Amino acid sequence: MRKLLPILLVSFAAFLFLIRLFYLQILNENYDEVSTNISLRKVYDYPQRGYIYDRNGKLMVANQPAYDVMAVPLEVKEFDTLELASLLKLTPDRLKIQLEKAWRYSPRLASLITPQLTKKEYAYLQERMHKYEGFYIQKRSLRDYNADHSANILGYIAEVGQGEISQNSYYQSGDLKGKQGVEEQYEEVLRGERGVKHYLRDIHNKNIKSFKNGKFDTLSQKGSDLHLTIDAELQAYGELLLQGKRGGIVAIEPGTGEILSLVTAPSYDPDLLVGRKRSRNFTRLWYDSISKPLYNRALQATYAPGSPFKALTGLVALQEGVVGLEESFNCFGGYSYGRGARMGCHNHPSPVEMVTGIAHSCNSYFAQIYRRTIEKYDTPQKGIDVWQKHMASFGLGNYLGYDLPVGSPGLLPDSEYYNKAYNYPTYQWYASATLSNAIGQGEVLTTPIQLANVTAAIANKGWFYRPHIVKSIAGSPVKDEKYTTKQVTTIDKKHFEPIIQGMHDVFNYGTASYLRVPGIEICGKTGTSENYTVVDGERMQLTDHSIFVAFAPKEDPKIALAVFVENGYWGSRYAGRISSLMIEKYLKDNIERKDLENWILSNTLEDEYAKPYSGEPFKINQ
Amino acid sequence: MPKTLLQIDWLTIFIIIILIGFGWVNIYSTTFVGPEESVFDLSRIYGKQLFWIILGIVISIVIFAMDTKFFERFANVIYLLAILSLVGLFLFGKTIAGQTAWYSFGSFSIQPAEFVKTAVALALAKYISEMDNDLSRFTSQLKAFAIIGLPLALIMLQPDAGSAVIYLSFLIPLYREGLPHFYISYGFLAVAIFILTLKFGFSIFAPVFVALFIIIYLFNRKKKPKLWRYILVLILGLGFSYSVNFILNSVLLPHQKERFNVLIGETTDIRGAAFNLYQSEVAIGSGGWTGKGWLKGSQTQGRFVPEQHTDYIFSTVGEEWGFLGTSLVIILFTILILRLYHLAERQKSQFSRVYGYSVLSVFFVHFFVNIAMVIGLFPTVGIPLPFFSYGGSGLWGFLILVLIFLKLDAKRKSLD
Repeated sequence: MRKLLPILLVSFAAFLFLIRLFYLQILNENYDEVSTNISLRKVYDYPQRGYIYDRNGKLMVANQPAYDVMAVPLEVKEFDTLELASLLKLTPDRLKIQLEKAWRYSPRLASLITPQLTKKEYAYLQERMHKYEGFYIQKRSLRDYNADHSANILGYIAEVGQGEISQNSYYQSGDLKGKQGVEEQYEEVLRGERGVKHYLRDIHNKNIKSFKNGKFDTLSQKGSDLHLTIDAELQAYGELLLQGKRGGIVAIEPGTGEILSLVTAPSYDPDLLVGRKRSRNFTRLWYDSISKPLYNRALQATYAPGSPFKALTGLVALQEGVVGLEESFNCFGGYSYGRGARMGCHNHPSPVEMVTGIAHSCNSYFAQIYRRTIEKYDTPQKGIDVWQKHMASFGLGNYLGYDLPVGSPGLLPDSEYYNKAYNYPTYQWYASATLSNAIGQGEVLTTPIQLANVTAAIANKGWFYRPHIVKSIAGSPVKDEKYTTKQVTTIDKKHFEPIIQGMHDVFNYGTASYLRVPGIEICGKTGTSENYTVVDGERMQLTDHSIFVAFAPKEDPKIALAVFVENGYWGSRYAGRISSLMIEKYLKDNIERKDLENWILSNTLEDEYAKPYSGEPFKINQ
Repeated sequence: MPKTLLQIDWLTIFIIIILIGFGWVNIYSTTFVGPEESVFDLSRIYGKQLFWIILGIVISIVIFAMDTKFFERFANVIYLLAILSLVGLFLFGKTIAGQTAWYSFGSFSIQPAEFVKTAVALALAKYISEMDNDLSRFTSQLKAFAIIGLPLALIMLQPDAGSAVIYLSFLIPLYREGLPHFYISYGFLAVAIFILTLKFGFSIFAPVFVALFIIIYLFNRKKKPKLWRYILVLILGLGFSYSVNFILNSVLLPHQKERFNVLIGETTDIRGAAFNLYQSEVAIGSGGWTGKGWLKGSQTQGRFVPEQHTDYIFSTVGEEWGFLGTSLVIILFTILILRLYHLAERQKSQFSRVYGYSVLSVFFVHFFVNIAMVIGLFPTVGIPLPFFSYGGSGLWGFLILVLIFLKLDAKRKSLD
């Protein structure tokens, strides 16, 4: 018996296999229709990509049909190259190159030969296609923009690259995929699911009938529509105001964390990246390495925050209990500390306490209370780390976690950072070494969206929702916990009152008193930040950046924003004006201060930007 | 040497040559691009396979030239080296598709698991032939299982569940040498329970199972069967059947579970999990009596069947050579295995016999699992069809495995 086991097993297997094969190959009728020279062909049905609306339901992005010419290299028979090339508006050489490329991708799978014909071209071509075996036309949908702004928010769609195809099996040659902006972030929501129909195909490559009555076919599913948190009108207005300047505007609704506008300048018309003109235009934008229109300054650019940071310095000092509200400090046009080091200040009434300190943006005041905060602890290391934790609770020094694919963490130094910088413990360092942090001119770097978020947190008196760009998907509000969980800062609510009062006084009698909007109580803070660039290996200082943060109305804030204008000189000059116009636009819907608007629209900074590239010595801060 | 050469079992060699040749012809078909390309083109799959075959001949000659005593004497050393080669994978191995199963040398890779089978067969043969031959003793069984289990565990860790299945084949030589019946019979019972529960569900399977047991018990009543044994098996069987769902959901990985579902027809997503099997069945099913002819299969030439040159090579035979081709392959394998069986049984030394049994068992399990998978009788398990599937490691591994046995057989008279 033991000896028989192999014989039993092998006879059983052979018998079983022969029966199964006889059934599959001889008896089973199902495969008969797939027998001689007939094979399956899959025909894809690409669904419409989801539409994109603004917060008020205004349509921003829709679709238009486009037609791709595809080819299966093995099925391509002899054809008149010249004729087809002229039909496809390609040179004969180009057509040959495309076919060779397709052959390399796969002789048996369809490859894209020429993308995105217009409807008219398609109608003409369709009647002549039968002459070219192996070629066929695939319908897809392209973007149709109802807006000439928001390119940095929306992103664009483009054919998937070879790398993406091998990484994600969903995509095939010629498929379109979202790149940048919400198109990339919400690709799977927007694209829907493509459908497939199986046809039996005969030797002449014709679809002869549906395979197994469509048992294996799937229907395409339309992509879901997105409603953004963006106010399209405000966004368009912001882009208009920033024309001829570089920088960013980020406006947030403080109560929800919804991003009302996200402007970067310079930008481009999203329509430039649609269809056949995309690759030409993209190359042009990509190689503009000086003004960098594809660089999203509102999310990626990191600047020294400048004076708006004083509000945070004040808050931390109050929370740490190192300064009283009534306690006043004299300002002698600056603050001297250690071995002849001195931080200058501008001309303003003295002495100042917390509220007036903010209103007049007194450097000396904030330098001293910052120093007290750090020196409250035994070591500067401990002090900096306490300070750092407070700042981090406002979302500084890390990615904010918004739903867009690019960003920057900025920089928020801690004790480790300074230990490294000063080569501790070989050398000691003290609070005074980090004193510039008090006025936002130290090591701290922030992105415009981080600063806008800080402003929203101040407006809310101590909490914020993570900024986000999508309000609802397919009609149902975004429920992601990431965006519906309150982020609470480490500062008690009561400490915000004096800071907000000070920011309000900035408009009453402080650095932005000429920017008041009748009927709206605005709180804000000006800022300038020194900056440098390197051209041809030479480091040079440029005109200061103009910075402004604001929120309004003072009670029940509806909008909080941060504006950065590169090389705009002082805070209220460009950024302050733009902020007050944005607030007026959003809360009042029309601009009454036409002079102010005209000033912004007619002044550009192109001359300023040309300076470092002129090759000649230049003056800054004129 | 010439005398040994004459004593080699030329029938086996002949069948192997036919299998390798026919295999290459089919690999050529699955990867051919155009008649103008040279068959020696090393950038093509078929060109590489030809290269492996030529090197395989060299390896075969070396094996023939070696001293027969070498294998028995150094069985343990070879086994140790094999285990080290598996352990080394975790340090130096290359990960392809999630499995750390290859050593990479520039443009080609070696899969040590393909050679470890030979080492296990040698070690097992040596162990069984050395001890006082008592596999009915529990400790002996345990040691024998350990020899098999160590490489098995290492391969499971790669993780390559497919190659691990192969190691079950060593139960056949163990059974031949005295492993108690119940290992085999309860093994079969467990497999049957698993499949039936999967297909019909516990609620249908359980009552039928109980009824069957009662009938068998009543039928055997006159022989005074031990009631407690029946009850024990019954309870264990029901328990196992009840836990099938648990095994499916918690023990198996999601893709392994999917493969079972495909097999029993629960999953029909031909774009997803069922894609391979479906395309493979279309290819085979469309072959008819005589097939569509070499290089003319539309499924094969359309590259519809993934992995067709490796694990799914049999589907090419089905499409292009029809029922004639598939039954020829099955008959060839059947003859090969039966011939190896005949050779194993005529060995005079126990070492050679156990080794021969191991060889035929390994071939059998590969043959059975691979073809059963391709024609939809077994869940997807990625193991090659011997001599047929593309791959240098596989080809050399099988050649070495069988040729050592043929050499032992040729020298059997001097091995007494």
